[in-house]
Parts: sequence; C-alpha cells; structure tokens
Amino acid sequence: MISLKNVSVDYTDFVLDTITLEIGEGEFFVLMGPTGAGKTVLLEAVAGLAPLSKGEIFVDDRKISSIPPEKRGIGLVYQDYALFPHMTVDQNIRFGLRYQGRTGPFKARGEHHIGEWEQEYHRLVDILDLQNLLHRRPATLSGGEAQRTALARALIMKPQLLLLDEPLSALDTRFREEIRHHLRELHAATETTFLMVTHDFHDALALGTKAAVIHKGRIEQTGHIREIFRKPATRFVADFVGMVNVIEADIDGKRGVAVAGGSEIVLMTNSTTKREAGRRRQYIAIRPEDIVLSRKELQSSMRNHFWGKISSIQDHGIAYEVHCMLGELELISHVTRGALVDLELEEGMDICVSWKAAAVHIL
Amino acid sequence: MNSTAVQNKRAGVSGRRRPDPFFWVNLSIGSIILIFILLPLIEMLTAPTLQAIKETIVDDEVYRSIWLSIYTAVLAAGISFILGTPLAYILARHDFFGKRFVEAVIDLPIVIPHPVIGIAILSVAGKNHWLGQILQSIGIRLMGSVEGIITVLVFVGVPLYINSAKSGFESVDPRLESVARSLGSSPSSAFFRVSFPLAWRSMLVGIVMAIARAVSEFGAVVVVAYHPMIAPILIFERYEAFGLRYSQPVAFWLIIVSLTLFFCLRALTLRGQQEVTRR
Repeated sequence: MISLKNVSVDYTDFVLDTITLEIGEGEFFVLMGPTGAGKTVLLEAVAGLAPLSKGEIFVDDRKISSIPPEKRGIGLVYQDYALFPHMTVDQNIRFGLRYQGRTGPFKARGEHHIGEWEQEYHRLVDILDLQNLLHRRPATLSGGEAQRTALARALIMKPQLLLLDEPLSALDTRFREEIRHHLRELHAATETTFLMVTHDFHDALALGTKAAVIHKGRIEQTGHIREIFRKPATRFVADFVGMVNVIEADIDGKRGVAVAGGSEIVLMTNSTTKREAGRRRQYIAIRPEDIVLSRKELQSSMRNHFWGKISSIQDHGIAYEVHCMLGELELISHVTRGALVDLELEEGMDICVSWKAAAVHIL
Repeated sequence: MNSTAVQNKRAGVSGRRRPDPFFWVNLSIGSIILIFILLPLIEMLTAPTLQAIKETIVDDEVYRSIWLSIYTAVLAAGISFILGTPLAYILARHDFFGKRFVEAVIDLPIVIPHPVIGIAILSVAGKNHWLGQILQSIGIRLMGSVEGIITVLVFVGVPLYINSAKSGFESVDPRLESVARSLGSSPSSAFFRVSFPLAWRSMLVGIVMAIARAVSEFGAVVVVAYHPMIAPILIFERYEAFGLRYSQPVAFWLIIVSLTLFFCLRALTLRGQQEVTRR
C-alpha cells in the first residue's frame, strides 16, 4: 500500500497543495486532471525527484519521503519515454540491473541472483514483443516501440510501484490500443502497483480501477472510476469527465450488445468487449456530446438509433442539455443553441436519438 | 534532428527561388570578409621558399618551441577538462543565487587584456603574496617556467571549455538522469553513465577551442615566461631581430602543426556525431 499524507510541493511557479492519497497493493490507480494540474510533479515527488515542502510518503509502513530516489524501489516511465539515446534497446533495458542486490529495497526483497534477473529480462522481452528490436537505437524506434522499451526498463527492476506519466498521449491511435493492451497484461503479470496520470478519460476508463481527479494542485475527488463518472463530486470533476451518461446494463460480449432498460445497445467489438464474453451486469457510459438528436432517422454509419421523448431541456450557457427518455432509459445530450433552434426541439416531442458504437464505453 | 531536416529543406526551396538584390549585396560584403581572412594567411603560407621551410624545421629552436606550444596547450586543456567539468555541470543543472555572477566571473578571462592577465598571475605568484610563498615552499616557480606557461594557458582557455561543456550538459534532458536515478543510479553514477557520454562531444569541442586559444596566446605568456620560448614568442622574436622573411617560415610550421591537430580532433568529433545520427 502506498500512502501520501498531506504532501505539498512548492515550486516558484507551481504549488501542489496537501495531497492525501491511498493506493492499495497491486492496484491500477489513475490520477486524472487537465494539463498543468500538477500530475507530473506529483509523480516526481513520489519518485523522490521533486522535493516535498510538507508531508510524508509511505510504502507499506516504510517511510520513503526522506530516502533518495535510487533506494525507493519505484519505477518511472515518462510520457516521451526518456530512453537513453546512446544505448541500444537491450542496454536500455539492462541499465538498472547493475545495481541489483546492491541497493536497499531490491536486496531486501529476496535473494535474486543473476539467473533470475536474466529470466525476468526474457519474460519482459517476450511480453512486450521486443525480440527484434534489441539492437536498435532509440532514435529508430516508433513511439509504441519506445514506450514498450521504457516499460521493460522500468519493470525489470521489479519495482513495488510503477509511475506512468501519460503513457499513451504521445502515441498514434494505432499504437494506443497496443500499449493499453500491454499495460493491462503487465499489470496482471506483475505484483507491481501502477500509478498512471492522464488527462484522457478514455485511458482512465480503459485501464484504471480506482482514480483521483486533480485540479490546480489539489485533489478534487477520489474513488472508483465508475463512481467518479457517475457522481462527480464537484463542478470541475463533472466538467472534466464530461457528465457521462452512466447506465447499468447487461453486456453480451458474444453478440456485442448491452441490454439496458429494454433497449439493445450495439457495442464496438474490440479486445475489451471480447474479453467480456458471456453476459455480465456492468456499467456503460456515453458522453452527452456523442449523442446526436434528429427529427428523422439518420442515414449514417451510426449503429444505435432509438426513438424517444424529450423530457426536459436545460440552458447551460454555451450548450443546452436535452434529457430524452428511451423507454425507462434516460439519456442526456448536449446540443448547441443553433441546433436547438434548427430542430425546433421542445419538451414532450418525439425524437430520434443516435450514437456510434464506438461512443459506448464499458466501465 | 527532424526540425533541422525541415530547415534544410526550406533553405533548399528558397535557394531554388531567384535571389533578390539584397541577397547579392550581402554576398558581396560577405566575400570581402572571406578574402580579408584568407589572403594574408595564404600569402604567409606561400611566401617562404621551400629551402627556408626545410631549414626552419631542422632548426632545433623552432622544433622545440612548436613542441612546447602544442604540449603546454594540450596539458592546459586537460587541466581545464578535469577542473572545469564539475563547474560546467553545476551551472547546467542548478539554479542558485549568484549564478549570473559566477557565469560572469568565468567569462572574465575572455575580456581582460592579455598582458594584464600575465601581470595578475605574476602578482599572486610572487614572493610578496602568500600563495607565491606556498608555491615556492613546494618548489614551484611560475616566472619563466613551463608551469608558468601552463598556468597562463589554463587561465585563458578554461572559460571556452566551461561554456562549451555547459551547453553540452544543458542539452541533455535532465529527465534522463531522473530515470537513471529511479533505476538505481546514484547521482554520480547517473552522471557518468548518462550525462557524460551524451555531452562528450561538446566537451571535446570545448577542449579543441581551449587548445586553439592556448596555441595562439602571446600577450599573457610573454609577461610570465619569455623563456622557455613558445612558438608565438619565437615568431615575434625572429621578426624583431631579423625581420619578416625570417619569421614567416616559423609561422608556416606553427600553422601547419595546429591545423593538422585540429583536423584530427574535428574528424574525431564528426565521427562521434555521425554515430549519434546514424544510430
């Protein structure tokens, strides 16, 4: 268990203000917040790279806030990978092995000798599919390959905690899913606790179990990811996570649908939904801006079309919030003032509600 | 690297366009400068007869002075490297009160007139100063000695080395060191395994500049040590005693030797650069 107690960091241009967090052993914890909210500084503080002005950090009952970074047993993966450019992939991964058995926390955690580290090396190279890249230099790697190397380099040290700084945001979309998959796999295959920061709620939903939302150097809300999306505690959190429509549904992975309130919602068939083989009760979420309203059924690639009734329209300044009832199901859609006038939307009228399969997030 | 490629491409594109008159004006004025630099040097290299050149190099005095110039310059650069690197690293990595002042102090030897440097060094190395007394008690004399020459050359060369090494360290992302620390490196280990190899080329460039500076030094050395004679002083002496025609062949050899040295080092640094680029 990792706990931060009243941690503050004072930079001249930035303050992290009395952060208290508890992260359970082996958890995948996500710290969400907009760019500039202090996420990276918090990671650096945990790693021992940013000095604390107040507070303490514990790993289990060991107080680590006063020991140097190299003795903490905490791994760190930066957003832009920070691979050593003068070393090959192989040399990058092996960088830390030289210190094994010499520094405190690693020594304390069992009698590993060289053979076992070699085994760990091959295991990670296998999982992360790095066999063909070992002799390459970082400059020749794609973003995804570089990120896999950085992950192997950190995890070979068997850290108790792995800090991930926006591990997906620098990647092309095609590598994102791949790295997400690897992160899930690695989290399952190691005993390491993961602490990931991200400004992207997709990543948070895809990977995390518990989460906290940070804003202007303060924690706004902590809890299960689902809870944060369902019940945002503050106005900021609500805006940040986008007031998602969170619906309890029965997921049928084989057919790729979710059944909620009598409606069958078509899901994207990807690795996530395939994993959900068999029916299971879960939460799904749809962002209000992904829900399209129309008077007639639209001819488009969107695979979810339902007829419903507008139950209420609320003015939110820039956007209007339109509540629609699809049978027992209530969905909120955001529309602009222009669209509201064009469609002549009124309370009580019948309306066609559509959204893409990809807009449905399984929590 | 990508941005340079883009820049090169842009330069290429604009180069294909027809340059305007302003470009030609700049080019003409620029050529004047190039001719201004090259003409006297070429004249000096071609003026001495082959006979004179041959005679000069077998002249023991010439040979010894050039050797002394090179040897003291390299040694001085070596001292700058060992003593200057830690300061360059601190300046690149830390912000502290008075940093600007320290940087200004490092630049001082560049702006002080050279004979003044010689006099300043002599004034602390003399019998009347406590430092001079300590040096004397351990048997080191700066006045008129090789030690004196090296001291002066370190003084004039170390700013160039430190500034170059500092920019080298600044170009190494501090987060690489952070990652090294998280992987178990102590601060010194992170320095030697990450920052040092990545800044090595800048350090080498700094060393080359310090050597170049030292080989060309005259004003400060002439005050501290007229003898043993380094090459610039010998050239000056021959010019004073016998005139232009007798100093030219010595100058010829000094230029040849230093150019050879710099081309070697330049080749070395370029090879390092290609290695990083090729990867």
